[in-house]
Amino acid sequence: MIRFAGLLDRLIFTPGRNAKVRILTDYFREAPDPERGWAVAAITRDLDIKTIKAGQIKQLVYTRVDGALFDMSHDYVGDLAEAAALIWPEKPGQNYVPTLTDAVETLNGVTRTEALEVVERWFDALDASGRWALIKLATGGLRIGVAARLVKVALAEYGGKPVQEIEELWHGLKPPYLSLFSWLEGGEKPASAAAAPFRPVMLSHPIEEADKPKIDLAEMSAEWKWDGIRVQAVREGDERRVYSRTGDDIGGAFPDILAAMPFDAAIDGELLVFDPHVRDRFAVRPFNDLQQRLNRKTVSQKMMKSHPAFIRAYDLLWLEGEDLRPLPFEERRARLEGLLLREHRASPDGDERFDLSEVVDLPDWDALATARANPPLDAIEGVMLKRRSSVYVPGRPKGEWWKWKREPFLVDAVMMYAQRGHGKRSSYYSDYTFGVWKDAENGRELVPVGKAYHGFTDEELRKIDKYVRDNTIARYGPVRSVRADEDKGLVLEIAFEGLGRSTRHKSGVAMRFPRVSRLRWDKPSREADTIETLEAMLPEEA
Amino acid sequence: MKPEALLHPTPAGLYCPPGDFYIDPVRPVDRAVVTHGHADHARSGHGAVLATPETLEIMATRYGEDFTERRQSAEIGEVVNLNGVALWLVPAGHVLGSAQAVVEHKGTRMVVTGDYKRRRDPTCAGFEPVPCDVLISEATFGLPVFRHPDTAGEVAKLLHSLEQFPERAHLVGAYALGKAQRIIRHLREQGYDETIYIHGAMQRLCDLYERLGVPLGPLAPATVKDGRGAKQDFEGKVVVCPPSAMGSTWARRFPDPVIAFASGWMRVRQRAKQKGVELPLIVSDHADWDELTDTVREVDPHQLWVTHGREDALVRWAEVEGRVARPLHLIGYEDEND
Ligand SMILES: [Zn+2]
Ligand SMILES: [Zn+2]
Repeated sequence: MIRFAGLLDRLIFTPGRNAKVRILTDYFREAPDPERGWAVAAITRDLDIKTIKAGQIKQLVYTRVDGALFDMSHDYVGDLAEAAALIWPEKPGQNYVPTLTDAVETLNGVTRTEALEVVERWFDALDASGRWALIKLATGGLRIGVAARLVKVALAEYGGKPVQEIEELWHGLKPPYLSLFSWLEGGEKPASAAAAPFRPVMLSHPIEEADKPKIDLAEMSAEWKWDGIRVQAVREGDERRVYSRTGDDIGGAFPDILAAMPFDAAIDGELLVFDPHVRDRFAVRPFNDLQQRLNRKTVSQKMMKSHPAFIRAYDLLWLEGEDLRPLPFEERRARLEGLLLREHRASPDGDERFDLSEVVDLPDWDALATARANPPLDAIEGVMLKRRSSVYVPGRPKGEWWKWKREPFLVDAVMMYAQRGHGKRSSYYSDYTFGVWKDAENGRELVPVGKAYHGFTDEELRKIDKYVRDNTIARYGPVRSVRADEDKGLVLEIAFEGLGRSTRHKSGVAMRFPRVSRLRWDKPSREADTIETLEAMLPEEA
Repeated sequence: MKPEALLHPTPAGLYCPPGDFYIDPVRPVDRAVVTHGHADHARSGHGAVLATPETLEIMATRYGEDFTERRQSAEIGEVVNLNGVALWLVPAGHVLGSAQAVVEHKGTRMVVTGDYKRRRDPTCAGFEPVPCDVLISEATFGLPVFRHPDTAGEVAKLLHSLEQFPERAHLVGAYALGKAQRIIRHLREQGYDETIYIHGAMQRLCDLYERLGVPLGPLAPATVKDGRGAKQDFEGKVVVCPPSAMGSTWARRFPDPVIAFASGWMRVRQRAKQKGVELPLIVSDHADWDELTDTVREVDPHQLWVTHGREDALVRWAEVEGRVARPLHLIGYEDEND
């Protein structure tokens, strides 16, 4: 438990991705089986113990320390688990310190009452970090800002294997992953045991001007680029799954899709939300509507009715036992069209949740440019080109698939706050909150509309940093409030991919992927854009 | 005599009317007794300053030779008569030269701890408990969540990180007086004998420590030499700087630095996160909760007065213990970075 707690402590404070990977691989080298496997499961949240409620921890602490002192401490620290871990009085003489393996194996096999007794005993034996990790583990609240994907990258690095191989195996593996570690250390590769496994995805290159002469449009097939999320829907017998593009199982949030998979197949496509009021075919809603359904473990009936999800399919990787990935794209497409048509004919009135991403006829660069600039729907963010002969391979093979995204939206905003960055940027003010003008009682005021922390060069960062330091009007910890009024302020041209309505932001709008596209040192702050400009960019209401 | 008549809080600091002197005054006064050299306790501009020889040297180093009109050096244990009030200094274990002030008059003895700690510090003499009627204790870390771990273990974290990230400079934020030298001493004790680089603001205090008999091993200024490739000179090196320098433009000369911070506040994750610290080192020059309460029990005064920090929690604890305790609400003492 102490070693695991030390690992968590390092991961929590380390901002750099590469540094996190190194901390993880060093841990894999040091920790024995099955501990390291349990640690992986705890971090990727594939381990759900949840034997104890936070309230029980509080009661337990009250039995050992003065309640008034604990309340003061809890107030100060903020986090209950941390306050409890820190305040617990040491009891010298405990000579057995539990390991992570003890904790996982014991807590999985006891009742709630027994669990609390065990935890109390372990509290006495552990140090503050160990107690904190134990509470987080036992109450199911372990969130340390490390994505499952990063753990897989670290495992790949540890064993010198491509990460796609790990992604492909992942859903057939069970904690504590003994067979996986054995393979990473030179043993035999575990058989791909899972039904309905994830198949690592094929990705596209963005088209730059210089690429155009290299692309022979006669060999390409064009499609719209949909503004949803890339998923893989797989059914094999009774096993049904929806995976994200990195192989995370997100099916729990999409029972409507899981229920509507009549085929034994692996479909590559875009997850979107449709308008339930339009009976016809799937009328796609903008990304903001899909956002309501993302990042949840479960979903309500009401949400499924108001924001029904579907998959716009563009590729077929596996069908009824046959791996189609070695076939050319053209042939996979034909099989996909055949499959969807067959299912539609089989139950024309069923609750269909799959349709086809149409091939669009865009024979030359002019036609492509026009389509890209004026897409027929808000939910389209550009065009895709796929070589008809391309076989399906994981990663980003050269010259096979291309994406040409529409130009971003642009707005001129004024910097309002700046925050120090992390890691290499920890001595620079590199994260900016910016705002646009809004009418107020006494003239106009700036209302914050977003945050950006990239899009500028190191040279520009140095200049902005100096500007922030020279124009600070207040400080709050790592944040500085920067002068921004009608007479003075730094105008940032902000590029973003889309805009949605938001009740969580004071401005009522939320930007997708905002970044600084240009520094407008030349532009007076009073000439920056207004909130009306942004409101006009919102997609039409549902 | 009533303790309030011997020492009581005023806006300028703790005042002793019969002796006509202040202890650690926050404003210029005629006669000051200074417990130690930290800026919130030792200010310049007093008519006279009584302190240990080390503290006087530290003040001269920080403020210049003319920091006071008159210096009065008091060795540890040397009893000084101030207008009939007996005063002597006893080690506080906080930083080099730090002392508690013992004040005795007409049979009443009061002890002002100043800042103190109980654990071992290789750069200064250890705290000595003095029996007394009134103990005036600091309470910077006066909440039971503050239990500083073993110092060697924290320093080992730094050594481990140096092994794990040999291509990155390790920037250690530490108070220029006391903490910096203590971290350096601990690194030396734990076998680190490479050159340690120090921020310019620490040079004179490190020199003074050396001169006063605290060997710090090979040190060098953390300056980039003219010419190319100098940035690489700091790869895998330890650089010690004041906390304020960690987020300053000065820090940019180092390659992808690991930001470490040696402070008791690092015990609380949110505080460490807020400061953008990658490697929190929980090392403090103040007593933690257990040290505070153990000291009160050991000294066992008739009254406990609490100042400087979380007064409410320590007073509450004392009352539950059946002790007479009161908060002093003195203002002007900040230890945000310890
Ligand atoms: Zn101090
Ligand atoms: Zn102090």
